[in-house]
Amino acid sequence: MNELVFFINNVVIAGSVSGSIYAIGAVGVTLIFSIMRFAHFAHGDMMTFGAFMVLLLTTAFPGAGAAFGVPSALVLLPLAMALTALLAVGIDKAFYKPLRAHGVKPIVLVIGSLGVTLMLQGLIRLFAGTSGQSLYIDDRKEIFRLALPFEGVRAPVVVTEPQLYLFVITLVAVVGLHLFLSRSRLGKAMRAMSDNPDLAQASGINTNTIVAVTWVIAGGLAAIAGTLLSLDVTFKPDLSFFLLLPIFAAAIVGGVGHPYGAVAGGFVVGFAETLAVFNWSVLLRPFRDSLPEWLTQSGNLAFVGTEYKIVVPFFILVVILVWRPTGIFKGKVI
Amino acid sequence: MAAIIDVQHVHKAFGGLRVINDCSIQVEQGSITGLIGPNGAGKSTLFNIIAGALPLDSGRVLLDGEEITNRPANELFHKGLLRTFQIAHEFSQMTALENLMMVPPAQAGESLVNAWFKPALVRMQETEVRRRALEVIDFIGLHHVRNELAGNLSGGQKKLLELGRTMMTDARVVLLDEIAAGVNRTLLGDLVTNIERLNREMGYTFLVIEHDMDMIARLCDPVIVLAQGSVMVEGSIEEIQNDPQVIEAYFGAAS
Repeated sequence: MNELVFFINNVVIAGSVSGSIYAIGAVGVTLIFSIMRFAHFAHGDMMTFGAFMVLLLTTAFPGAGAAFGVPSALVLLPLAMALTALLAVGIDKAFYKPLRAHGVKPIVLVIGSLGVTLMLQGLIRLFAGTSGQSLYIDDRKEIFRLALPFEGVRAPVVVTEPQLYLFVITLVAVVGLHLFLSRSRLGKAMRAMSDNPDLAQASGINTNTIVAVTWVIAGGLAAIAGTLLSLDVTFKPDLSFFLLLPIFAAAIVGGVGHPYGAVAGGFVVGFAETLAVFNWSVLLRPFRDSLPEWLTQSGNLAFVGTEYKIVVPFFILVVILVWRPTGIFKGKVI
Repeated sequence: MAAIIDVQHVHKAFGGLRVINDCSIQVEQGSITGLIGPNGAGKSTLFNIIAGALPLDSGRVLLDGEEITNRPANELFHKGLLRTFQIAHEFSQMTALENLMMVPPAQAGESLVNAWFKPALVRMQETEVRRRALEVIDFIGLHHVRNELAGNLSGGQKKLLELGRTMMTDARVVLLDEIAAGVNRTLLGDLVTNIERLNREMGYTFLVIEHDMDMIARLCDPVIVLAQGSVMVEGSIEEIQNDPQVIEAYFGAAS
């Protein structure tokens, strides 16, 4: 049983945590792609920016959460989401819109977004410094230890408070997005525009509004992902940047331009990562007697070492692109 | 009759290529005006300028006396100026019926507040829009494929769907860009009948780009001939067909 708890802690919970973060990030990337048809490389840094806003706000109002009984960072998250959405719309107005107006090829926008990445990273480093900082300023990070009611179980299932918030917020965000896209006229207009922008405009849909709405949603989601990630570990200026690869892998695995695919892709990549670095020898321990010796002798039976974790999304990406280039769900259109 | 579309001295160049050269045309209210001309005469460019898809270099475009120069297509849609595309456009991932239901403006569901807090109102309007879409899809004879994804329809059916789109809202002017191209003869007859009915019964004004001379002859009066970016001749189809200038432009020197 202890082995099972170990598995839950190291795979189920850890996989869900990275899966949720990747999912929220990938939804933003995929929405931007489906509306504007380019890969937005600055997404990781928009996530960092969101977390940075939370850090600033929490530093300014460290007691904000006390009244609600939740961490201040969480109470101030909506404000940070709004600021990040504003930043996203501003970046679009300042950098991407002029490029689009000139009718450039998507690759130019991609390069442009790389420039924005460097700029954002530089700015955040300038103001936040390069070291890690905790988003828990006045409050304590709760850790829940759930002992399983079985005999002989010593190790508890460990979940931290930010992880629980992460699961809940991911669920709410995904359901909310689904309702928005399928029920509201604005969501339908987004679907229409991702399908055929010229026709959408000729049908009376204001494409500028749709672009702005897309940035607001992507910016808001980026702030959520960045903040929850920083709550779980610590805030660092390059933390989210290094998630860019798994996030893009998730978006592509799910079928680019397909928000539900991005959610699924996020969890596929998240679980693949944790399963790949999981030490399987622990799970095999109870069956030691019935297994061949070569299998049980090694103390470490992980597929890849932890330091090679970053390779896993690459591997998935290659497999998916070879085996099913359009992703799990057929991509391109919301 | 008053001109509902008034194009005044429009110029448009792509790089060094002057495509529209001091072009002025008027489309009378309630008419079906044809726009013809040899390839490269600037018909589609002029169309795109009127429809707000291309910025013009100089000149003015008026819709019913109101200046609409360089206004975006979505604004023109709400003013009652609709267009179809030379290569049929459709929302490929939606059914034929949903394609039509996308069109009507100002539905309650457009506002998020309504979408989430007044579902009854939204549902009532959706029912109304659906009823109209079903009527339209009967009218254009696509009832049997209404639940197919529009991307899977044939080229001709997509053209019919384009015409159907213009019927979902109360249009004043409809720009038809080669609606007959790639449509078989039987369907074409339906199309012409439908356009005439819309013109007669619902008072739509049409501006039609067409290469099919039979269709122009059946449908359009007057006809404007465009050549090298400006108006060459304007008149009834008989006048056009007997004009030596037009014959020369189309068939080379008539000796």
